Amino acid sequence: MYSWFILFPLLSVIILNLPFRGMMNKIAIWYALALSIAQVYLVLFPVNIVMPFLQLNLNADIISRAVLLCIAIVLFVTILSAKYLIKKEDKLFNFVNLLFICLAGMNGVTLVTDIFSLYVFIEITAVASYTLISFYKDKDAFEAAFKYIMLSAMASAMMLAGIALIMLISGDTGFFAIREALKVSPHSSLIVFAIAIFICALFIKGGLMPFHGWLPDAYSAAPAPVSVLLAGVVTKTLGIYGLIRIMVSVIGFDGPLKQALLFIGALSIVVGALAALGQSDFKRMLAYSSISQVGYIIIGLGTGTALGIFGAVFHLFNHAIFKSSLFLNSAAVESRLGTRDMDKMNGLASKMPVTGITSVISCLSAAGLPPLAGFWSKLIIIVALWVSGYRVYAVVAIMASVITLAYFLSLQRRVFFGRIKEDSMNIKEAGIGLTLPAVILTAIIIGVGIAFPFLRDAIKF
Amino acid sequence: MSAESLQLFCTFGIFIFMLAAIGVYCMLATYNLIRALIGVELLLKAVTLLIVAVGYITKHNALTQAMVITFIVIEVVVMTVAIGVVLGIRSHTNSLDARDIRNLKG
Amino acid sequence: MNLNIFILIAMIALALWTVMTRSLLRAAIMLAFTSAIISILMFRLNSPIAAVFELSVCTGLVSVLFISTIGLTHPSVKEETFEHMVDRLRKFKFLPFIIIGMGMALGLVAVKINLQLPLAEIETDARTVMWNLRPLDIIGQVIILLSGVFGVIILFKESDKK
Repeated sequence: MYSWFILFPLLSVIILNLPFRGMMNKIAIWYALALSIAQVYLVLFPVNIVMPFLQLNLNADIISRAVLLCIAIVLFVTILSAKYLIKKEDKLFNFVNLLFICLAGMNGVTLVTDIFSLYVFIEITAVASYTLISFYKDKDAFEAAFKYIMLSAMASAMMLAGIALIMLISGDTGFFAIREALKVSPHSSLIVFAIAIFICALFIKGGLMPFHGWLPDAYSAAPAPVSVLLAGVVTKTLGIYGLIRIMVSVIGFDGPLKQALLFIGALSIVVGALAALGQSDFKRMLAYSSISQVGYIIIGLGTGTALGIFGAVFHLFNHAIFKSSLFLNSAAVESRLGTRDMDKMNGLASKMPVTGITSVISCLSAAGLPPLAGFWSKLIIIVALWVSGYRVYAVVAIMASVITLAYFLSLQRRVFFGRIKEDSMNIKEAGIGLTLPAVILTAIIIGVGIAFPFLRDAIKF
Repeated sequence: MSAESLQLFCTFGIFIFMLAAIGVYCMLATYNLIRALIGVELLLKAVTLLIVAVGYITKHNALTQAMVITFIVIEVVVMTVAIGVVLGIRSHTNSLDARDIRNLKG
Repeated sequence: MNLNIFILIAMIALALWTVMTRSLLRAAIMLAFTSAIISILMFRLNSPIAAVFELSVCTGLVSVLFISTIGLTHPSVKEETFEHMVDRLRKFKFLPFIIIGMGMALGLVAVKINLQLPLAEIETDARTVMWNLRPLDIIGQVIILLSGVFGVIILFKESDKK
């Protein structure tokens, strides 16, 4: 049944581009919404639809299903905001088609059991996102897309070189074959090199700290719905989920590798948070905050214990939700004020109450305040670090959490609280297309946060 | 690994590494956007050759050929989109110089 | 064996020429030649189908792409060529020496690789592997081609420029 997750978006693109363009233009957006809801349903309540003729090697465990759920939710809100923000019907139609391709690519990344197919689907999503970033043909967007293409091409080359060298011992590209071969073969320096460059490539795709050059540019220059999608799921699926999958199902946790992950994670957390403090552009601050939050996922993974991995995946889910909500808020503010510079805003909460409240809740979830969802995942990661003996990193994580709170409070103070400026006296709340998705995401944050103690037993990890 | 195939692999490995180094150097040193893309092409060519060489040594030619075909298709699509982006940059700045587009800073 | 080394040296020489030449157009043409040489190597490494793909797609299609792009952008490039010339010579002067030195160093070190190679493959036809064992990659190719199509539609269409 998992093959439908890839085939259905592909078939949708083909169906939408059949001759009846006039009619399809109108229904495309509703079709996309229905598809994302269907994906949520299928993830939560799996139905066994047998594929009679095509046997694809796909598999899903609980990690993949959590990521599939994130993808569907973020896609849903992206489509809602795109419907509101992209006025021209033709453009909207192309946008929806690209979203379908992105969806097929990301679903593929989460479901594959083969290292080369993983690369193929990563590249599909990346190509679709280059086009999405430069969708409006702004100068900055083109620049960001070019940077992304260059770094991404470097990452592709590294990834494929890693795959080729690993094939020297495994002779196959399936996860299982590689895992068996890695057990048998002596740890030669060549194989260590191969694994190192493969993981570095995933770091580039995920925008972790030493390799983050493209990420703030891409997030801030992309059109608003695209930054929601990029920050929420695209980079997380390509880089971070890819890393989790490779670590869990292929390489396994090794001493030096764990140290490297913990170090890179801690570096990303601290430097990302400090860089976020210094930003005055709304979206750039969120982008640096994204780097910092991804660091938490990586140190959770770096513990190598079941609890740590659970925390990492849970934080990935939470991050997708609250970061999408914050990017939607930034889109709402930008659509009303026409600027992203935080020094030009003040006291917007009185004029835009829904945006204000949803952004406060999302920020608090990101900073890890109880009882919101972000609190639980950060708590689990820190407990996992403490239990497995990496106490220094646990302390770093707690301290960085304070910095997170600091920059989000600074954001709130500059944008939403305080006295309203004269020239923004007569602005109104953003349209329903931007507030409704934010409200949905906030409801998920609160709901998961409150229900988590009860859900803990239901989720068999 | 037998001595003969080891020697073959080392020879190819060294030359592939040199080719990749030329590509990366070109990407980093040039300011011209199209030249940077040519550097990317050289880098990807090096990787293609590496995959084929590995297939020859492990006698998995069929699998590696299938991989290379998929990879070439991907490479062409990436290049097409990249050239579209370069033309877009040129339509804004009227030049292909990377120094003209340094608005954003990492 | 020896022939392989000569072809490899020719490949490196052409790649250096690609990178160091002054004219952008010549760089694109040299890239095509490098790619052609690589496809000969692929043929010698017992991968004929991949070699044909490399020859037709990379040597043909990608070069056409590059050359037509250079043709489209040429007027503005010409003015800058002279300024760049001095710049480029300074930057790329040492590249051949670096590359040759690196190759010799790697050859001297001659990394001791001791790997246990896997068993040879049972299925030896690339077409069978492609269609029967890896249908996912074929679907991937279809999706990425579609994404390329939409990329071209959005990026190359000039009509809706502001």
